[in-house]
Amino acid sequence: MSELFEPKIIAFVCTYCTYAGADLAGTSRLKYAPNVRIIRLPCTGRISPMFILKALQKGADGVLVSGCHPGDCHFTHGNYHARRRWMVFRSLLDFMGIQPERVIFSWISAAEGGKFADLINTVTEDIRKLGPFDQYKELIRETEAPATL
Amino acid sequence: MAKIGVFICHCGENIASKVDCTKLAAAIGEHPGVAVSVEYKYFCSEPGQESVKKAIRDNNLTGVIIAACSPRMHEATFRKVCAEAGLNPYLCEIANIREQCSWVHTDKEMATEKAMDITRSMIEKVKRNNKLQPIEVPVTRRALVIGGGIAGIQAALDIANAGQEVVLVEREPSLGGHMSQLSETFPTLDCSQCIMTPRMVEAAQHPKIRLLTYAEVEHVDGFIGNFKVKIRMKSRYVDINTCTGCGDCMTKCPVKKISSEFDCGLGKRTAIYTPFAQSVPNIPVIDKASCIYFKNGKCKTCMKSCQINAINFDLQDEFIDLDVGAIVVATGFQVQNTAGYGEYGYGKYPDVITGLQFERLATASGPTSGKILRPSDGKEPETVVFIQCAGSRDPSKGVHYCSKICCMYTAKHAMLYAHKVHHGKTHIFYMDIRAGGKGYDEFTRRAIEEDDASYVRGRVSKVWLENGKLMVRGVDTLLGRPVTIAADMVVLATAMVPQPNAKEFAKTIGIAYDEYGYYNEAHLKLRPVESSTAGVFLAGACQSPKDIPDSVAQASASASKVLALFSKEKLEREPVVATTNEATCAGCWGCVLACPYNAIEQKDILDRSGRIIKRVASVNPGLCQGCGTCVTFCRSNSIDLAGFTDKQIFAEVMAL
Repeated sequence: MSELFEPKIIAFVCTYCTYAGADLAGTSRLKYAPNVRIIRLPCTGRISPMFILKALQKGADGVLVSGCHPGDCHFTHGNYHARRRWMVFRSLLDFMGIQPERVIFSWISAAEGGKFADLINTVTEDIRKLGPFDQYKELIRETEAPATL
Repeated sequence: MAKIGVFICHCGENIASKVDCTKLAAAIGEHPGVAVSVEYKYFCSEPGQESVKKAIRDNNLTGVIIAACSPRMHEATFRKVCAEAGLNPYLCEIANIREQCSWVHTDKEMATEKAMDITRSMIEKVKRNNKLQPIEVPVTRRALVIGGGIAGIQAALDIANAGQEVVLVEREPSLGGHMSQLSETFPTLDCSQCIMTPRMVEAAQHPKIRLLTYAEVEHVDGFIGNFKVKIRMKSRYVDINTCTGCGDCMTKCPVKKISSEFDCGLGKRTAIYTPFAQSVPNIPVIDKASCIYFKNGKCKTCMKSCQINAINFDLQDEFIDLDVGAIVVATGFQVQNTAGYGEYGYGKYPDVITGLQFERLATASGPTSGKILRPSDGKEPETVVFIQCAGSRDPSKGVHYCSKICCMYTAKHAMLYAHKVHHGKTHIFYMDIRAGGKGYDEFTRRAIEEDDASYVRGRVSKVWLENGKLMVRGVDTLLGRPVTIAADMVVLATAMVPQPNAKEFAKTIGIAYDEYGYYNEAHLKLRPVESSTAGVFLAGACQSPKDIPDSVAQASASASKVLALFSKEKLEREPVVATTNEATCAGCWGCVLACPYNAIEQKDILDRSGRIIKRVASVNPGLCQGCGTCVTFCRSNSIDLAGFTDKQIFAEVMAL
């Protein structure tokens, strides 16, 4: 690759902690890699593994899931559900031959703007090292027109 | 066909300096379904808002995207703008291109590209938004106050004095709680009974307060505005409507040597008893465990002595079902069990007592009529050692926190003792003197300067008996040497801990608690009197250690929250709630397990003849808080969350 590969990362975040943390990174004028696209949800408990698969299928090279710290969930324990679901889903990813490192799970509170910026930079670099996620992209390209709704 | 209006805000230079808004508007204008794509310097300004309204009306827009700052800033503003222009407010979404784009990126080209992605993604979402209506929930204007201590009484009186109905439930036979056990109160030294009993009477006689003593909350169902509560009225074996409180039964009862709970074991009571002379209501209960009749079927002395036949051994517990709109939890605290303090000799030496026991000795209505006398031999102690932080701030005893009231009540005890035993000497072992509060530091200074309390900074390692004296071995950390004091009485300032059944009770009401069992507030700073459950409020020491002024303040705050809730006939809520598809629901109840709010119920689907065809899950929109955990849990895709439907989220992903 002659040119630097710019990965596409889709982040599923909860509105109460990580989304607010990302806003704080903005109001603090911290700078981070522009590779991330944030999708706001009420709670990490709302995040279905299907969203993550869809993101990967649609062209994301990495997926980030982030919510409130354990014990801090606005909805008392949505993040615990998310964590349990993630543990199972992770082994499923491995089984399917998708590198589990492409899906990152993290806790970022509304006060951790700096942590959010750092995380995005780290994740972007890590995914850049992993290279583009194209094992299914080519298949999709060959078999059908790009998936549309 | 969708007609989406996209309004791209420059936010002065905040967005425009990093995102090429003209290019963005042009590109978005090409996106399918976009009817209007315009940019402006400040859409949040008056002319900006007006231009959005005009565009909605002129183009009959079916959805609006404001590409600007975070939805946490202006979502509400622009939803209101849409509503004013006749568009359902839930058809408006915000594309966050400031906090999460222009402010965090330096490369203009990449930032513009990202802003396009963000805006397109939101366009695809808004195309699939539904016209939602705010949820209206009726409010039952009756409050339940649990706990009849000073906090509960204050909350009940405040609500009742504002004209709303209150049901006040107390577990013990009388109102009063811990405050009625106290002698004098800091920092004014006014008599606790003198300020407490009038409030108890006022609560009992208030036309808007229904007082249920010797009663416990068994079950709580429902949600804000609409709680259904089951209360167990424990049988007193005395008819509360007939009894006049003459007290003949208590004088005649042959079982007289039961250790009094109210006097912390320092006094005795009978088997039929009122906890204390000023009990409200002044109606005795029979302690079934100690009563001879309940043990071997003989006696009935009290029944024979009662001239109005108020005593009935066949009375059973009764249950009362209540509808209430709000709940104030004021269940208080208990004094920590000192069994873990072998080194201080509590339980082994009768003259090692707790602070609450000292209160009972010091109070005029107590077992010694206010004389400070040793429990062992009834003599006046000449040297008293007080040990502060006996439990509090001691991780090895499992209590990391400061109990907050001990510094003050120990200073008070030293004063009371000095006022009663003029030749007596007090020594106080302390870690720090924490006397933050109005008139508090002055009070502890007075104990030291006027009443000659000798403060020793350090911990006590051991208390033992030698030649009839309690030897207290500790360290004076200011002098840097060990000290041993021969005392006649040792008073432990034991920690305040949650009620023994605090955690189970929290589960009954459905509120959160911390590692100790204190009830959690919704936000430690900004919502300190609301629990994590809407419609349930906290007052007093059930939330954290508190003194009387703090408990009263929090009770009044809770009451004001209840009254604010009762100020409307109906509550309006955001319609972000889950709904089930009854046709596809398989009734696996996975969602019921997932829901943190018990908002999902089983619903019977009946045929015409009333037979149950199937059972499905049904979401109570009053209880649902909209987290969406159930949606992800559902195996048959039969639940969706309004505002964040699967369709909307997939569309967002697909557009990226």
